[in-house]
Amino acid sequence: MDYEQFRHFADSWGLVYLVVIFVLAVLFVFRPGAKDRYERYAEIPLKKDDQA
Amino acid sequence: MAAAAPMILYGLAGLAALFAAAKAHDELFAIHAWLVVLICIIAIFATARALKFGPEADDRPKEKYLDGVVRAGVVATVFWGLTGFLVGVVIAFQLSFPELNFDLPYTNFGRLRPLHTSAVIFAFGGNALICTSFYVVQRTTGARLALGNTAWFVFWGYQIFIVLAATGYLLGVTQSREYAEPEWYVDLWLTVVWVAYLAVFLGTLFNRKEPHIYVANWFYLSFIVTVAMLHIVNNLSMPVSFLGSKSYSLFSGVQDALTQWWYGHNAVGFFLTAGFLGIMYYFVPKQANRPVYSYRLSIVHFWSLIFLYIWAGPHHLHYTALPDWAQTLGMVFSIMLWMPSWGGMINGLMTLSGAWDKLRTDPIIRMMVLSLAFYGMSTFEGPVMSIKAVNSLSHYTDWTIGHVHSGTLGWVGMITFSALYFLVPRLWKQDGLYSLRLINWHFWLATLGIVLYTASMWVSGITQGLMWRAYDSLGFLEYSFAEAVAATHPMNVIRALGGVLFLLGALIMTYNLWRSARGDKRSERPMGAAMPATV
Repeated sequence: MDYEQFRHFADSWGLVYLVVIFVLAVLFVFRPGAKDRYERYAEIPLKKDDQA
Repeated sequence: MAAAAPMILYGLAGLAALFAAAKAHDELFAIHAWLVVLICIIAIFATARALKFGPEADDRPKEKYLDGVVRAGVVATVFWGLTGFLVGVVIAFQLSFPELNFDLPYTNFGRLRPLHTSAVIFAFGGNALICTSFYVVQRTTGARLALGNTAWFVFWGYQIFIVLAATGYLLGVTQSREYAEPEWYVDLWLTVVWVAYLAVFLGTLFNRKEPHIYVANWFYLSFIVTVAMLHIVNNLSMPVSFLGSKSYSLFSGVQDALTQWWYGHNAVGFFLTAGFLGIMYYFVPKQANRPVYSYRLSIVHFWSLIFLYIWAGPHHLHYTALPDWAQTLGMVFSIMLWMPSWGGMINGLMTLSGAWDKLRTDPIIRMMVLSLAFYGMSTFEGPVMSIKAVNSLSHYTDWTIGHVHSGTLGWVGMITFSALYFLVPRLWKQDGLYSLRLINWHFWLATLGIVLYTASMWVSGITQGLMWRAYDSLGFLEYSFAEAVAATHPMNVIRALGGVLFLLGALIMTYNLWRSARGDKRSERPMGAAMPATV
């Protein structure tokens, strides 16, 4: 694979691959029914476990 | 005798360094080798002094978390911060009054400038990131730092890296790559230290009692992993001799330039942004005593930052030999970075929604808000400057310097200061800080300093950009370079004064933290009306 082929592969399929992963990640985060779970995660630093 | 093994190791390392000093190909390498000999001798004596004999030796109750290394990190952060700010002020005055170069190679601007940048980014910022990451990962996983005392190796190994790098700059050891100036042998040492850091962090995550890995740790981990990758690739080079200080890059020409700025910009993205976002996602909720505004947004923030930042580097090479498509790619990804940056800023600021009254009474919250505001402003300005048409005016001018400092003094500095104010009473087990009013003084001195700095650099930068591109009716350049230097002299003096104010604020912080660690309390009027008498 020469430079030109490599670069066209990168800016077509490579781009699609990364965008699809990103969109799937965002959709996964906003899936319905996970609200409580994420609110629980947000409380992790506030648990009383601060002892030095 | 658990101390025997490390002492033998230090001894052997010292002998190896002695050999390297004797056989060195150049004087500079020999000086560094002697420095390593000295460090090994100090290490042997320190280990011997720490020896304890008798039955009480290991009877001390073990703390749940390994916090000694975090305390050491706080001290190192403050110390290197003051050093870096001071050198920054010195070189700012050198730019206004060249006599201050003193005609010596060691005090020349060209050597002091990397000392300043490395001291503030890697020594101040790096120590802040290492010690806060050790603090946060223990608190959010409920696990003690993994691998025993490896965390201490990371701490001391990193200080040795800083000392070797800094002395190298002053002596003239440099591979001339911006923000990656240390030569090959110092780079190899940092690689060893960094791998140990990664092992400690991953090991602690592996031992976690909390099933979910809190988002701050994601940012810290991405910072550690990406910096390892950037450091190794950008420092691929061939030493001229095995015991010499000079090496040549494995890449050449525009490939070399692109590798350097892929490194350089992602050092901004993953060292100065992702790492400090880890600080933000833990310490802002803690200080406000409220969960982060949207945990879902924080995850989207994380992934979009990771996907976009890594491509933005080519914007440092507009109008160079870099292919046009690569320049455009860098510009487009830089502009897309607006989304995660502002998403993150909104997430941090909105954490305070419903608790904005704390701004009146809690100067630490005030610093955090200012820090996030500067995060928003500098990440707005950066993409604007990456647009080719704007860059043709702004590049190589003081505007860039002003932009960088609104990010570093404003965002990185202020979020670090607020984390230090949070940490010191907890780490030294005191029930509060020495003085909240002194934090307020620090806040205003630093803010005023940053405003003077960025405003003067805007004026200076645009003046330079316009003077450099001015042509007369015959097509000749209208101004010589020296005329632009003279025109921007007043702005340079204002910038240096801004730096003095910022340094003054940091000195007040140091005094305040020192008295806080000792457990002193200043008798003062409480902040705001609603503030109770006891903190």
